[in-house]
Amino acid sequence: MKHDRWLPYYLIAPSLLFMGAFFLYPFIQIFAEAFTSSDGDVGLANFTRIYQDFNFWPSLKNTLLLTGVVVPVQLVLAIGMALMVTKMNKGRDSILYIWTIPLGISDLAAGIIWLAILEQFGFLNSFLSAVSVIDAPASWLNYQNAFALFLAVVVAEIWRGTAIVLVILVSGMGLIPKEYDEAGQVFGASYWQRLWKITLPMLRPSIQSALILRTLLALEVFAVVMMLGGSDMPVLMSETFDWQFLYQQTGAAAAYAVLIMLISVVITGCYIKFLNVPKEAR
Amino acid sequence: MRKMPTALALLALLGSTSALADITFFSTQARPLEEAQQMREIALAPYAEAINYMPQETGTFLSRLEAEKTSPEGALDLLGGLHGELGSLTPSILAPLDDLQGSLADTGISQQYMTLGKLGGEKQRYIPWMQATYIMAANRKALPYLPEGADLNALSYDELLAWGRNMQEATGSPKLGFPAGRKGLIHRFLEGYLYPSFTHSVVREFRSAGAVAMWQKFRKIWAVTNPRSTAYGFMQEPLLNGEVWVAFDHTARLKDAFNKQPDQYVAFPAPAGPSGRGYMPVVAGLAVPANAPNPDASRKLIRYLMTPEAQIRTLRATNFFPVVEAELPDDLPASIRMSGKAVAAQSSADDAVLSLLPSGLGQQSGLFNKIYRDAFVQIVLRDADIEETLDILAPRLQTLINTSGAGCWLPDTPSDGPCPVK
Repeated sequence: MKHDRWLPYYLIAPSLLFMGAFFLYPFIQIFAEAFTSSDGDVGLANFTRIYQDFNFWPSLKNTLLLTGVVVPVQLVLAIGMALMVTKMNKGRDSILYIWTIPLGISDLAAGIIWLAILEQFGFLNSFLSAVSVIDAPASWLNYQNAFALFLAVVVAEIWRGTAIVLVILVSGMGLIPKEYDEAGQVFGASYWQRLWKITLPMLRPSIQSALILRTLLALEVFAVVMMLGGSDMPVLMSETFDWQFLYQQTGAAAAYAVLIMLISVVITGCYIKFLNVPKEAR
Repeated sequence: MRKMPTALALLALLGSTSALADITFFSTQARPLEEAQQMREIALAPYAEAINYMPQETGTFLSRLEAEKTSPEGALDLLGGLHGELGSLTPSILAPLDDLQGSLADTGISQQYMTLGKLGGEKQRYIPWMQATYIMAANRKALPYLPEGADLNALSYDELLAWGRNMQEATGSPKLGFPAGRKGLIHRFLEGYLYPSFTHSVVREFRSAGAVAMWQKFRKIWAVTNPRSTAYGFMQEPLLNGEVWVAFDHTARLKDAFNKQPDQYVAFPAPAGPSGRGYMPVVAGLAVPANAPNPDASRKLIRYLMTPEAQIRTLRATNFFPVVEAELPDDLPASIRMSGKAVAAQSSADDAVLSLLPSGLGQQSGLFNKIYRDAFVQIVLRDADIEETLDILAPRLQTLINTSGAGCWLPDTPSDGPCPVK
């Protein structure tokens, strides 16, 4: 009998050990590195260093702006797509399958795909010049055109990351009992009324988890920006990478990592507070 | 009991495989897939023992060596890396190779290069392996736009600017190109070419009047440079697709353009400024980790790689030139013949200013390059005030040089103690 009681813990133990060894331990180590300067003093030296760097504000600004633009657009898109999918009777699975293809593509590959489309001699320019919209392939994906660069990354990110939100929302919609919607119809509520008063509030737990997940991923955006923007569009994650591998300053890289974590924690906290899900709905 | 013999046999098998294991050659050079394959098939194939050639990104190369330094027996037999990469390692990671000096004495390796291999210390930490440098390349289409009276082999930065302007006016698009992307080597252009050409220095005169004049000139040159330059890694690509007609890069990164269309391109020395024609040779070295499993096998492989025959094979594979005296055969690829001439013209120019790769900076060498790249990004791309930017960066440069304790290197005059930034 006693044996049975402990069985769940035995089964969980390997994954706990794994998380401890490959997540918790590096996590603590990064924290220690971030607050230790190169001469071993404990303090904020690494944070001062990254703060004084020319790329600090541009990378922070780019990351927050990207997150601020990409995540809401993806949420709206995904809600729309999820509503369409749930209304479908035939071919629902095929459509879902096609929409989630970008999920299976690595972000580096996604960056390469969009670079092939958007670069000077890429598909977009070739197409536009073939149909005589432009005279010659123009190079607009460069540092002089920060807005175009930003837009390119936004488009690629939306293409790549909407599916994960969609999947969460579709499964969330499946959990909403049909009775509420039917009751709304009986009392003569319009489609929009039912959407605003019934579906979306009932979907709140799913929206919350989708937002948290997607925002965390957006704060870690890296490979797509690297491919499309290179060093012209620094983001927090590319600075982390550069400080570690290009400049060989682990402390400064760790400070960036801690900064990304702090921003993530704050934003997640906001989602939990403002999208408060009633206890009984959890 | 029955299991016992099987286990023993397995153990024996394991033992024998580890005894026969290949020699592991861990290198930051010849990294592109094709080059790595040529390295294996052309340069290393004639060697009697099997060699496992493992090209590696600089970052992972350094991290792995630093991580393995405390283990009593490492897994790597031979290391190949650039002077700066090997120099950024903790020196004790590399076994002293002074015992090899005798057998390499009459090969004709430059004494200056051998001294570089000591990494500023007493002991030989690496053996110079191969060398290359940075040159200019131009599409023949660009030649008609050369300013009047300009000699391609003795160009000045003023003439380069005029050339760029002429091309932009004639074609409507900027045809100069620099490797200023993430994987590009623009920092070497700044450290080894631009600064020495305008200030005869790279550290001491970092914020001098000469440096300010230099940045002003480079801003003007940049105005007639293709803005896609900040995405360029290897200049052979924009040269081949015609985005750029005139480019600066490492010989190995121009190789494809020269080989694919030898009649379409010309190679020539970098331009000169008021202080002369700055140029920077790149030296790669061979080193043995202090915890190498079989140091004798490592040394034997080094001796092979230093033979004239192996050096020419390495040249064929990587486009890096021999450091030993070797007769170059006539059947070498176009890229080698073309860049070979430009390299020779560059180093033997009357006004040549030899600039060495930064040395003695250890762990700070990445940050050193960052200072120059930051100056470039702020001043040229973000249009920040030149003096202000240099005043912000100069103390940072001084701090990192003080941290590493690096003395001045050529073209700066020698210093007692860390190299001072004026």
